[in-house]
Amino acid sequence: MSSEANTSSIQQRVYFEMNNIKKSFGDLQVLNDISISVQEGDVLSIIGPSGSGKSTLLRIATMLETMDYGDMSYMGEKAVSVVDGKSVYAKPARLKEIKKNFGLVFQNFNLFPHYTVLKNITDAPISVQKRDKTEVEAEAMELLRKMGLEDKADAYPSQLSGGQQQRVAIARALALKPNVLFFDEPTSALDPELTGEVLKVIKSLAEQHMTMVIVTHEMNFAKNISDRVVFMDKGVVALSGSPEEVFGSDNERMREFLGKVSH
Amino acid sequence: MSFQVMLQQLSSGMLNTMGIFFLTLLFSLPLGLLIAFGRMSKNKIISGFISVIISILRGTPLMLQLMVWYFFPFYLFGWSISGWRFPAVIVGFSINYAAYFAEIYRSGIEAIPKGQYEAGQILGYSKVQSFFKIILPQVIKIILPSITNEVITLVKDTSLAFSITYIEMFTLAKQIAASETSMMPFVISAVFYYIFNAIVAFVMGRLEKKMSYYS
Ligand SMILES: Nc1ncnc2c1ncn2[C@@H]1O[C@H](COP(=O)(O)OP(=O)(O)OP(=O)(O)O)[C@@H](O)[C@H]1O
Ligand SMILES: [Mg+2]
Repeated sequence: MSSEANTSSIQQRVYFEMNNIKKSFGDLQVLNDISISVQEGDVLSIIGPSGSGKSTLLRIATMLETMDYGDMSYMGEKAVSVVDGKSVYAKPARLKEIKKNFGLVFQNFNLFPHYTVLKNITDAPISVQKRDKTEVEAEAMELLRKMGLEDKADAYPSQLSGGQQQRVAIARALALKPNVLFFDEPTSALDPELTGEVLKVIKSLAEQHMTMVIVTHEMNFAKNISDRVVFMDKGVVALSGSPEEVFGSDNERMREFLGKVSH
Repeated sequence: MSFQVMLQQLSSGMLNTMGIFFLTLLFSLPLGLLIAFGRMSKNKIISGFISVIISILRGTPLMLQLMVWYFFPFYLFGWSISGWRFPAVIVGFSINYAAYFAEIYRSGIEAIPKGQYEAGQILGYSKVQSFFKIILPQVIKIILPSITNEVITLVKDTSLAFSITYIEMFTLAKQIAASETSMMPFVISAVFYYIFNAIVAFVMGRLEKKMSYYS
């Protein structure tokens, strides 16, 4: 068997997939027939103008919001299926299991202000996953070390800069060992001089083949780190493909969007 | 009557006053949380009903409420109310204060950003875990100053139990003052309430300080 045949026969597994998603808020149709999928170890960036529905898409993917129509699965397991033309969510017990597959990093961190940095990271593994405390704490310290925050374990979130808080939030998400990690504009709430430290952490996760879906306004970052890019506009996927394909496209809406963000 | 004897006689009233105080807190603090949940219920009938109850409890004198609690078993059902005096005091105080605490809890709960609930949900906490581990501790910090105000009011309000002649500090002081034609019992009870409140303020201040470990 040639090595070429060998590589092509290793099928990358689809970790996350959503198809034909529709969502309206009242009369406002925010998502109109959106489909995306992410394969094992891939980074998918979602870009697009404000109000195009990117956050709504992530909120549906992470089940903070329900969809009106469509199906969705993690690791091949259906969280939502279309039955008789209607979307049906899996039973609560099953959904609870499926939810263990993903994590979400919020734009404004949403750390727990009354917990120390260490407890922010360890509490869910200990009290939700019922894992051993010493083991979890050791892992958390290792995560903090990777984030360059080992000296902040006993600090409270309010004592940290935005960039540090976001790195703690990433560590908190990673501590649960998700298969897919979603980010909603992880650097948008940060001062420009602090975005770099957070992007660096995400980049190193990409190098370790963490499967990620990242909504971002950082075009250079998206171009450099992504395996695939989706350009959303007015609730539809206007373009998708490799970074070269999407950023090099002469699609009019894309060119117009790039013109706006680069200024 | 010597000062010593007066103090001795008043001391049983002091104990009763402290009994009302602590039992009221014991029952009204958790009950207030339950009422707050009812008030915030998505079910319009439940939340409407609870908000009417709260407004009645807050909009009528506590003294009147105590009388109603004390006398209603007799007037409504013709039951004997002997032995019901103390329970009626505790029920009346607890329910009245629970109504005030409920509104305080509600304001605190509504002040917690939605993102805290969402973070809890994403991390896999159950609703109950989210509430008790993430939301409530933050709520307590926010509402502690308002709770302190209510608790200090409660110390003084205990004297309203006199309205159904429950023998607390103030009732006793009045009786002794009348029989002895002396101001002394009032002075002693004033000092007692003042010291009691100073202790309460001190303890609540310590609690607030304890909660200030984060901002
Ligand atoms: N809960 C909601 N109720 C009503 N309308 C909503 C709700 N959430 C979002 N919308 C609307 O849906 C549209 C898409 O919002 P969304 O937040 O998904 O956009 P976005 O692409 O994330 O934008 P941005 O880049 O500004 O974050 C907007 O018009 C927004 O006002
Ligand atoms: Mg958004």
